[in-house]
Amino acid sequence: MSEKMINGAVGMLQVLEEEDVDIIFGYPGGAVIPIYDALYDSKIRNILPRHEQGAAHAADGYARSTGRVGVCLATSGPGALNLVTGLANAYMDSVPMVAITGQVKRHLIGKDSFQEADTTGVTIPVTKHNYLVTNTAELVDICREAFYLARTGRPGPVLVDVPFDVSIGDVPWTERNIEGLDGYEQPKPVDDELIRRAAQMIDEAKKPVLLIGGGVVASGASEKLLEFATKCNIGVIHTLMGKGAFPESHELSMGMPGMHGMAYASLALQNSDLMIVIGARFDDRITGDLEKFAPGARVIHIDVDAAEIEKVRPVRIGICADAGDALDKLIPACKPRDKGPWEQQLFEWRRTHPLTYPTPDEGIAPQYIVEQLYELTGGSAIIATEVGQNQMWAAQYYKLEKPRRFLSSGGLGTMGYGFPAAIGAQVGNPGELVVDIAGDGSIQMNQQELTTASINKLPVKVVILNNGYLGLVRQWQEMFFDNRLSGVDLTGNPDFAKMAEAHGGVGLRCAEPDKVRETLEQGLEVNDRPVFMDFLVHKEENVFPFIPAGKSVDDIMMEQPEKQK
Amino acid sequence: MLQTSGISDFALGKVTNMTHTLSALVKNRPRVLARVAGLFARRDFNIESLAVSTTEDPAISRMTIAVDASGTPLEQVRKQLEKLHDVVTVIDHTEHAVVERELCMIKVRVKPSQRAEVAALVEIFRGDIIDIGNGALIVQSIGNSDKIDAFIENFDDYGIVELVRTGKVVLARGAQKT
Ligand SMILES: Cc1ncc(C[n+]2csc(CCOP(=O)(O)OP(=O)(O)O)c2C)c(N)n1
Ligand SMILES: [Mg+2]
Repeated sequence: MSEKMINGAVGMLQVLEEEDVDIIFGYPGGAVIPIYDALYDSKIRNILPRHEQGAAHAADGYARSTGRVGVCLATSGPGALNLVTGLANAYMDSVPMVAITGQVKRHLIGKDSFQEADTTGVTIPVTKHNYLVTNTAELVDICREAFYLARTGRPGPVLVDVPFDVSIGDVPWTERNIEGLDGYEQPKPVDDELIRRAAQMIDEAKKPVLLIGGGVVASGASEKLLEFATKCNIGVIHTLMGKGAFPESHELSMGMPGMHGMAYASLALQNSDLMIVIGARFDDRITGDLEKFAPGARVIHIDVDAAEIEKVRPVRIGICADAGDALDKLIPACKPRDKGPWEQQLFEWRRTHPLTYPTPDEGIAPQYIVEQLYELTGGSAIIATEVGQNQMWAAQYYKLEKPRRFLSSGGLGTMGYGFPAAIGAQVGNPGELVVDIAGDGSIQMNQQELTTASINKLPVKVVILNNGYLGLVRQWQEMFFDNRLSGVDLTGNPDFAKMAEAHGGVGLRCAEPDKVRETLEQGLEVNDRPVFMDFLVHKEENVFPFIPAGKSVDDIMMEQPEKQK
Repeated sequence: MLQTSGISDFALGKVTNMTHTLSALVKNRPRVLARVAGLFARRDFNIESLAVSTTEDPAISRMTIAVDASGTPLEQVRKQLEKLHDVVTVIDHTEHAVVERELCMIKVRVKPSQRAEVAALVEIFRGDIIDIGNGALIVQSIGNSDKIDAFIENFDDYGIVELVRTGKVVLARGAQKT
């Protein structure tokens, strides 16, 4: 039996082609030169970021916005280690990604060789799985397995570490056969009995709510969710990761709960008697004090990852299933239900607890900028965010009607995520409007990617809510540390508009409220290069509502407390 | 030379304390131990002992894990373990009748005049004296963990120089898989 042999690097790229990968985000170095050599003849396009962290976040943004597996590539040692934050970020938010890293030659492993790092060792806790390819016969199948693991079940990043001599040498080419991996359990068919009991519980509930998360987006179950919610007339509360999975303009949309969520969403959760949780994981930013969190609610928890069920909150019914599969069964099983006093109460809370913000004496209200962006774009943009106040204002004021249009570092809270993620999203969605809502601190964490956007003519828009502070940290210091501001002053920020220009982009600056619209209009028009719109906002603006960490909705602050004189 | 203890040592029925035993069959791949140990560390699960061994299938290893479930529900530990791609199956033996064994060796400082006394003590535990020399004896016992605890306790008075325990291993009785 003679096997067909193929160059290792070429074989890897062929697997990528089998997986319909046409774009990767990668940065070369000694250990991956064989792969770059194979790319020379390949149809696959390599987008060269200016830092490997940018490559990882771009692959992540590409994946979140398209639903396909994002691919990034880095060399051994420092290159691979620069991916780590991006992997952890994707892991926390269950984003399907494959990272390929170069490794030193097999006989040099473990000898502290030049640019050697224990990449698989370092990335075990931040990947769904990883591989060090030591047996050439396994290279092709491992690459296939990596894609399969990344996109099935609960998606996540998978890393394949390939020693130089494996990618430059010949490896056997095997035919595709990866389904049914040993030890990798796909969810079993949805249990009819559990569905029957869940339907009964929903029928009996007086005050039901839906809490939906990223799992609904990952599963592509938005339409089914809409059908279910409208059939049973249940209010839908979304997590940050679930934003867009249910149309936010819908009557039943009850907003985002938690630390900086809408008060009416937190009130709805807190007072419910039944929480139907789909693809969400009871993050502490939502629950606050677990003891006090929605004490009267029974829980039906649907998640593709069995380990999420009862990880944090005990449940009455746990259904380990893909969100869409579960909804397929749940919809016909449930009786239609009319809106009742509970729903009227929800709508009442929504009326009486709207999001509001004061008009500042000085500077522009950052919330106003996001509102204007929303109006100008009709809610049609793909929104990336950085981390901090900017992220929360984006989540609060930019309403979305569709999934895969809100790219935000939910689990890890990675400053510097948004801009490269927006680049990845623009690459994956060439005709779409992609906007990164940024802070002046965060944008500086991956600003080098301006070059990447310029070179590739990617018209990513960056709206910088420039408050001259690490605003969210400043807010905590103001409220909980006697306003002893320490390490949060960003005085000396560069001129962001000039910086964009210096990188071949467009730079705009706006310091007055009545120029906001004009500036946005001007920026949104650009279609062949990146744009930085630097908005000088009210420096001391804080995010409200605010439920302090570890507290409950009883402790919610709706607005700035009166300052003690 | 190895002696086994009697049927009374069988751990029958439900375990009442917070220590539970899980058997994990894992792929015999590099780093699988690091993956399992790392999972326990980062999720803050307490392991009391971990024994790794080969099985009847050369591609598969067995990990017998004694878990202290007072901090985290055992079910959560089991599910997190099962998520690891290199873990093939995890079986919780809480409800099973299992045969449990652990081996312990103790080096004790013993005057020649005390040897007979020690020999008698070892005999009670159906253990063995497996080495004599330089003023120290090495004694060995095999049994379930409670028995090993008792064995060690009895040697405290003599001055234990060093001791080692293998960590427990179990096999489920009858048709039940381990
Ligand atoms: C990489 C990283 N470092 C530190 C933090 C902690 N952190 C959270 S929000 C924040 C401030 C962000 O400042 P900026 O980007 O200006 O946003 P603002 O809150 O001012 O809108 C910091 C430092 C983080 N989330 N990520
Ligand atoms: Mg700031």
